[in-house]
Amino acid sequence: MIAFRLNTHSGVPPYLQIVQQVKQALQVGILQPGDQLPTVKEVVAHVAINPNTVAKAYRGLETAGIVEGRVGSGTFVKQRPAGPSPELQEALSEDLEGWIAKAREAGLDEESMEALVRATINKMQGER
Amino acid sequence: MEVAIQTKDLGKRYGSFWALENCDISVPEGSVSALVGPNGAGKSTLLNLLIGLSNASAGESQVLGRVPHQREDFLADIGYLAQEIPLYKSFSTHDHITMGKSLNKRFDEEFIRKRLTDLSIPLDKRVGKLSGGQRAQVALALALAKKPKLLLLDEPVAALDPLARHDFLSSLAQAVADGGLTVVMSSHLLADLERVSDHVIVLASGKTQLCDDIERVLKQHKLLVGPRSNTKELGDGLRVIHETHTAKQSTLLVRVDGKTKVPAAWQKHEPNIEEIILAYMGQGKDLNEGSAK
Repeated sequence: MIAFRLNTHSGVPPYLQIVQQVKQALQVGILQPGDQLPTVKEVVAHVAINPNTVAKAYRGLETAGIVEGRVGSGTFVKQRPAGPSPELQEALSEDLEGWIAKAREAGLDEESMEALVRATINKMQGER
Repeated sequence: MEVAIQTKDLGKRYGSFWALENCDISVPEGSVSALVGPNGAGKSTLLNLLIGLSNASAGESQVLGRVPHQREDFLADIGYLAQEIPLYKSFSTHDHITMGKSLNKRFDEEFIRKRLTDLSIPLDKRVGKLSGGQRAQVALALALAKKPKLLLLDEPVAALDPLARHDFLSSLAQAVADGGLTVVMSSHLLADLERVSDHVIVLASGKTQLCDDIERVLKQHKLLVGPRSNTKELGDGLRVIHETHTAKQSTLLVRVDGKTKVPAAWQKHEPNIEEIILAYMGQGKDLNEGSAK
């Protein structure tokens, strides 16, 4: 079972945060196919969040084929989300390590690196 | 989706002062709506109109498909928790349950006893001896025990410490998760809102500034940062809600309708709901200043 957290200052809608956390948990192996997600009521009792938000996130995951709702027993993980396999992720992460080392050498601190990544993503989105 | 509350041009006048004016809101069934606005914006006035505690001076409202009225058949479906958490301090929680049972046709005694026991609230203690957080939980449980279809809360968490606030909102969210309940809650604590609400109503200067689904609101607004410039050049489809300028830079919170392109010179950011709400609250202020001139 996983526990969700909520960052209310990120600008990312809460339902998307839940979707992302489930996907991340699957990618790093905290969640496996067959595992049960906490019920809507368990989630809201824990994080004090709107139940419609949780239900919406679960619906989204179901539409994406990642989880399935079984009537009367809960929501279960069906499969890993489409996307990079753990191996590919590992490779991407290694690529990043090189970049981070270079950035650190250039005197960038963590915050500046994050800001630069964010700005570059924004720029690329603008160009598309 | 069905609508729990619908108002049209709703207004309330005290003497020559309009506490609420041209208020148009629509609240979907099953939603949790945050009612926000500066002090004196008309939030309590609106809540009082919706439960028939006061009569409208203008316009109309439909609450659960009826015109609000202080009559049993209407009120049976409505829960209301006023700002001061109205409990009898010298009565025990048990006394309050007995009272709730006698005063309401429908009252789920089993639910409230279990709920309060789960929260470790002693039923035999005088309510005046409980902590502020416990009192708020008792009041909420009493309101929920009558199994309302609509629950209106006026600043329920304002006086609570952060832990008690979290527990209160968690109780509320669990009640909504059980289904069949629509909630409208006024609050100044914007940080809590994005968590527990999925709908937002912003009042300022007695007028509705915004009433919409929070997710849609987030999608429709952008924060633009760019070189100091005239906002008139932004083009059609962009409505500037709030703008600040320094000597070199302009920051705009805009509402984007449809697929309007943001000019390339501007850096585009996603504002959070707090920034958007503050911008709309500020709009009311500008209106006020305008009319005072």
